Amino acid sequence: MSKHDDKKEVETTGHSWDGIEEYNNPLPRWWVWVFYATIVWGIGYTIAYPAWPGLRSATAGILGFSTRAQVQEQIDAVDAANAAMVSELENVDLATLADHPELNGFAENMGAAVFRANCVQCHGSGAAGAKGYPNLLDDDWIWGGRIEEIAFTVTNGIRNEQSMDTRGYGGVMPSFDGVLSHEEITNVASYVQLLAGEATDEAAAAEGEELFLNNCASCHGEEGQGSLATTREFEDPEYVTASDEMTGAPRLNDKVWLYGGDLATLEETILNGRGGVMPAWLEDYRPANGLTQAEVNAVAAYVHQLGGGQ
Amino acid sequence: MSAPAPQDQLYAAREPVFPRRVKGKFRNLKWVIMLITLGIYYLAPWIRWDRGPELPDQAILVDLAHRRFFFFWIEIWPHEFYFVAGLLIMAGLGLFLFTSAMGRVWCGYTCPQTVWTDLFILVERWVEGDRNARVRLWKSKWDGRKVRLRLTKWAAWVLIALATGGAWVFYFTDAPTLAVDLVTGNAHPIAYTTMLILTATTFFFGGIAREQVCIYACPWPRIQAAMMDEDTLTIGYRDWRGEPRGKLKKAEPGVQQGDCIDCMACVNVCPMGIDIRNGQQMECITCGLCIDACDDVMAKIGKSRGLIDYLALNDEPRERAGAQPRPVWKHIFRPRTILYTALWSIVGFGLVFALFIRPDIEMTVSPIRNPTFITLSDGTIRNVYDVRLRNKHGSQELFGLALDADTNLQLSVEGVDGSLVPVPADSMEIIRVYVQAGPDSAAATADRTDFTFWVTDLSTNERASVDTIFNGKETN
Repeated sequence: MSKHDDKKEVETTGHSWDGIEEYNNPLPRWWVWVFYATIVWGIGYTIAYPAWPGLRSATAGILGFSTRAQVQEQIDAVDAANAAMVSELENVDLATLADHPELNGFAENMGAAVFRANCVQCHGSGAAGAKGYPNLLDDDWIWGGRIEEIAFTVTNGIRNEQSMDTRGYGGVMPSFDGVLSHEEITNVASYVQLLAGEATDEAAAAEGEELFLNNCASCHGEEGQGSLATTREFEDPEYVTASDEMTGAPRLNDKVWLYGGDLATLEETILNGRGGVMPAWLEDYRPANGLTQAEVNAVAAYVHQLGGGQ
Repeated sequence: MSAPAPQDQLYAAREPVFPRRVKGKFRNLKWVIMLITLGIYYLAPWIRWDRGPELPDQAILVDLAHRRFFFFWIEIWPHEFYFVAGLLIMAGLGLFLFTSAMGRVWCGYTCPQTVWTDLFILVERWVEGDRNARVRLWKSKWDGRKVRLRLTKWAAWVLIALATGGAWVFYFTDAPTLAVDLVTGNAHPIAYTTMLILTATTFFFGGIAREQVCIYACPWPRIQAAMMDEDTLTIGYRDWRGEPRGKLKKAEPGVQQGDCIDCMACVNVCPMGIDIRNGQQMECITCGLCIDACDDVMAKIGKSRGLIDYLALNDEPRERAGAQPRPVWKHIFRPRTILYTALWSIVGFGLVFALFIRPDIEMTVSPIRNPTFITLSDGTIRNVYDVRLRNKHGSQELFGLALDADTNLQLSVEGVDGSLVPVPADSMEIIRVYVQAGPDSAAATADRTDFTFWVTDLSTNERASVDTIFNGKETN
């Protein structure tokens, strides 16, 4: 192959690797101009947009660009787009919500967000609850698992002084310290285990039956069916949301325990009493950080579909 | 590229290239390839294929809204994108193979940049005439004729560019509907924007930038150095035959003269504006037009063809000594190309195999582990699973869910009576499934129980299964 004869007039850079010399060919003109253009663009950009950092904030830029304002705009846009659905949800009859698939889906999604923001601190991110905080996934409900009942509970809370409409206000399990002797407490606890179908000391349980009927049955029912079941025996099919009969006494003849079903925990419960409190969430009772009626309905729909709703 | 530039300047102005018309076998080959490739590009979206009532009846469809890619009878879902990755690997290996065997044949014949530039130069020649006329026009002052010719050329270029950008958008939605919408102004703004951008880039790359894209923007000229070796058939000038070059009439008896008559035909036809007689150059796209031009001249002056030709560099000493070059097949079939072919075939067979064993129904099971289990009031232990059912049939199918029997677990589907789930055509259904173990049953008391989800497509009896775990209540 021949030499690059026509390139002899171009100087080399003086660099040489294994005899290969580097020509000092100029860049194409457009390339250089693009390079200059990027510099001009860069300067203009830092003037137009927030760029130079200061001690507390950066230069604002003459275009007034702000990501926070953009996010707020987007939030406002979403709120505006959802406004019709939200107002529909606010006035919906919860009993018929399931008949409106679109609204129901919207409510469940909105409710999930409300739940994550307000409820997970006690009931857990998976709604499984914790000791003293009811599991919302199971089929055991102290205050009712129908969607309207859930909404009522969210609205008014449980044993919460902010809402005088609170079901079971004052319906706190008393302490039996001094009322029952230690041995009697053990016997009653054993009987409760028997009611729940768990292994226990049969003799102690037999001793505890009469004590249970005398001291506990007025709230928990003679068979330990709980106040909710007791109330529902008397209610009409349309049922009442808040009943004077309701004390929030949990059902005892099942496998679900709010505080624990082992003997030591049961004894502790009987000795000291229990009285879990849940805040009233409607903004009427919590002006600063309460929920709107639509949000209450949404979170009720969400909790209801978790799998334990009745 | 060839003219010197003063060293005190940072830049060099582009030297315009005015390729002359040429006739010959490589030129004809390029015409045929241009017809085929452009034909595929422009016509492929218009091939019809029955896709059922939900989708446009288009054989090649990139359905971005539903994340599906349709290619005739093949349907690619996002999680099967390895097919596309495999095709890209094959394309890469194919490039390696062709480059190591025959140099930059991709660049010279099938690269879109080359094909469209060729088309734009063709139009330019129709409007402004061949090389000499174009050079004159370039140097002439702006007058009515020059303005008229330039506007005509640019208008034709814009039409081609518009057709190029226009064809692109047809791959993404129903072509006939979109065509009507585009004309009536009802198409989506994205379609218009895409067309506008592609029209502008086609006009600029094919009409204005041309060979500069290959020289400055494209990485392939740099990569090719690693792909080519001295066995590669590439375009070269047989200087042992051509040199010393000189005008034909100067040839006198007794004076040693090569076959090259320095007619510059090879330079004038080159779309890259290089002189192949200077040896191997990065700019050369091995399109073969200089071979056609030179062979034409050789025929006229009564010399044999092949002064410029596809040749292998390691044949040079052989030819210089007067021997015949080794046969072409020896250059093409050598360990390197055979290895590339083997790798290419392995990937290809793998893809075809994967295509055939791919099921038309699929299931994914995501256990909900927050909480791991739920105790119901009668002591039943419940686990919750999110099950994704994928139906790749073009019709709605009824999927039957079941568990293997030996664990005594019960299954129920939220919102569905029973365990039959309808899944719409070509889509995925996410359902929530409850699996329950009776009070004090083995699964309820064991820490973990293995079991299997089965799904059956009731119309075809096709089955898929997923192994998963049931969490029981830990007994202390």
